Amino acid sequence: MSLDCGVFHTRYEADMGLRPRPLQRLRLGMLALFVLGFPFVASAYWLDLANQVAIATVGAIGLNILVGYTGQISLGQGAFMAIGAYTAGLLTLNFGVPWGASVFAACLLTAAAGTFFGLPSLRLKGLYLAIATLAAQEIVEWGMTNWTAVTGGTEAIVVPAPVLFGVRMNTNFNFYWIAVLAAAGTALFAANLMRSRIGRAFEAVRDQDIAASVIGVDVFRTKLLAFATSSFFVGLAGAMIAFHRNIITWERFTLSTSIVFLAMIIVGGLGSIRGSFLGAALITLLPAMITNVGRAIQDTAPQAASLLPYAQQAVFGIVIILFLIFEPRGLSKLWENAKDYFHVWPFAYRRGERRAA
Amino acid sequence: MLTSLSPRAAGPAAGGHPILDLSDVTLRFGGVTSLSSLTMEVRRGELLALIGPNGAGKTSVLNCISGLYRPQAGNITLTGRGGARHALHRLAPHRIAALGVARTFQNIELFKHLTVLDNLMLGRHVHMNGGVFSGGLYWGRQREREIEHRRYVERVIDFMNLEPFRSAVVGNLAYGNQRLVEMARALALDPHLLLLDEPTAGMNAEEKESMARFILDVHEEQGLTVVVVDHSIDVIMDIADRVVVLDFGRRIAEGSPEEVRNDPAVIEAYLGTRADDPGRRAEAP
Repeated sequence: MSLDCGVFHTRYEADMGLRPRPLQRLRLGMLALFVLGFPFVASAYWLDLANQVAIATVGAIGLNILVGYTGQISLGQGAFMAIGAYTAGLLTLNFGVPWGASVFAACLLTAAAGTFFGLPSLRLKGLYLAIATLAAQEIVEWGMTNWTAVTGGTEAIVVPAPVLFGVRMNTNFNFYWIAVLAAAGTALFAANLMRSRIGRAFEAVRDQDIAASVIGVDVFRTKLLAFATSSFFVGLAGAMIAFHRNIITWERFTLSTSIVFLAMIIVGGLGSIRGSFLGAALITLLPAMITNVGRAIQDTAPQAASLLPYAQQAVFGIVIILFLIFEPRGLSKLWENAKDYFHVWPFAYRRGERRAA
Repeated sequence: MLTSLSPRAAGPAAGGHPILDLSDVTLRFGGVTSLSSLTMEVRRGELLALIGPNGAGKTSVLNCISGLYRPQAGNITLTGRGGARHALHRLAPHRIAALGVARTFQNIELFKHLTVLDNLMLGRHVHMNGGVFSGGLYWGRQREREIEHRRYVERVIDFMNLEPFRSAVVGNLAYGNQRLVEMARALALDPHLLLLDEPTAGMNAEEKESMARFILDVHEEQGLTVVVVDHSIDVIMDIADRVVVLDFGRRIAEGSPEEVRNDPAVIEAYLGTRADDPGRRAEAP
């Protein structure tokens, strides 16, 4: 692990990089190799899961910008994803807009909607704001299911398959590249944002809004920017859902979707890009894992296996409670703890201790 | 922009023209009058101490200047760097900060999940450009800007001796160090007027002395105009050029530390009057 110590930067450029140490770059390279190689060895089932994880990552990073970084609790995630999905799908279906353009339009429209529903944050904080965003969720849900002329009501909408250079991108293998590109792009954008002026202002508003205003941050404008930026990516996640399955149904964008996404960023780690990904992966894969466990024990313990589908919701809840109790800062912090432990392994000196001193 | 952390050619010009004017400022919360027709001025380059017993309205004065409270009556006028006059009582706090008014708080108000560096970089917020898009790309001009302001912040870190804590998360720092970081954040703004609210509260004698040293340094070496609020008179009286004493939202005395110390009104405000002496306080409304 000697790669991680004795690194001395002599230029601010180097010190301010996203991955300033060689070991970090090595890990990133290994991750990139894995991501590039994965679709060539994975089965269709795993590819589908990977695509779902990538989409959830985009949505979770979006939500984390608002909730984790700026401290504005939102229960409107499902609504904003719905706006993204329906806008992208309907533009392509009804007006023949190329799918790339309609995805971008969906992001912009969701950002606008997010800004609008962020207006109550001028006066409301914490739980009160959460209730205001709940109103957004209810309004959009009602619109989805009742504005039949546009959204088709409770009927599913079938969206034309995205085509790139004559290749249909809606197979799991082809969609994988779009999904990974979107997730990586979102992560990079968010990481950059958070180390620059506006991202710091987001965090300042979260930690101490009065001090933020006195140091020169326009608090209300910053909150609206956070709503807009967050919703942009949430809209992107929604639009990706529309083109992944080529079908839009309102059930995918209910209040429980909002809660699941909140669970992702809580389990993953609030205010962490890495945590958004880890949380999205865990919460997306958890049901699949439970199903797999069920299949594995079907023959040996059929009764336990038959109970497992009912246990899914319970396991979901237990995971969240365990994280809240034992590691409120989520998977991201667990990963950091592991890194700290191995920092100068096998010696007993740990960086975390010096920090706490 | 980056000049003020180097010694200014002209030293402190105590007794210069007023840089901040409060005239007839009245602030009420419901039926409680916190400031009543307060008139005072802060002169360019001076170190003004604002003292008074608990509840005298010292912090209210700072909150009015930095825009957190809006007085019901009266004017607060700042003469900016270029000589332009700004009516602070009509501006939002972030606009006032952009005019170069920086402050610290009585109970430290840092961004406690951020590192010392990020806290100080937030002090540069008003001097920087860049929105969501350029920040997300972090390319070209945006990158150069971040580095340019990092350079400035490093000079503040150097000045305040914060090198060992540069990348520490502020919430984990010891109390005394947090006070230094908060002052450093205010200095990173490159202030035209610095407001310090009880900078030595909760410190031991040694820490107080070192804080007083920093205050004197920014004041004397850089000619910065400083307003210090405190109710412990010991340190403040030693370093102030001029003292204003408040009691019940009114100015009861003003002058050099020596004059104020011997002012009967001040002694009465701090110590009260003897029980057998029918003082003014008993008759006051």
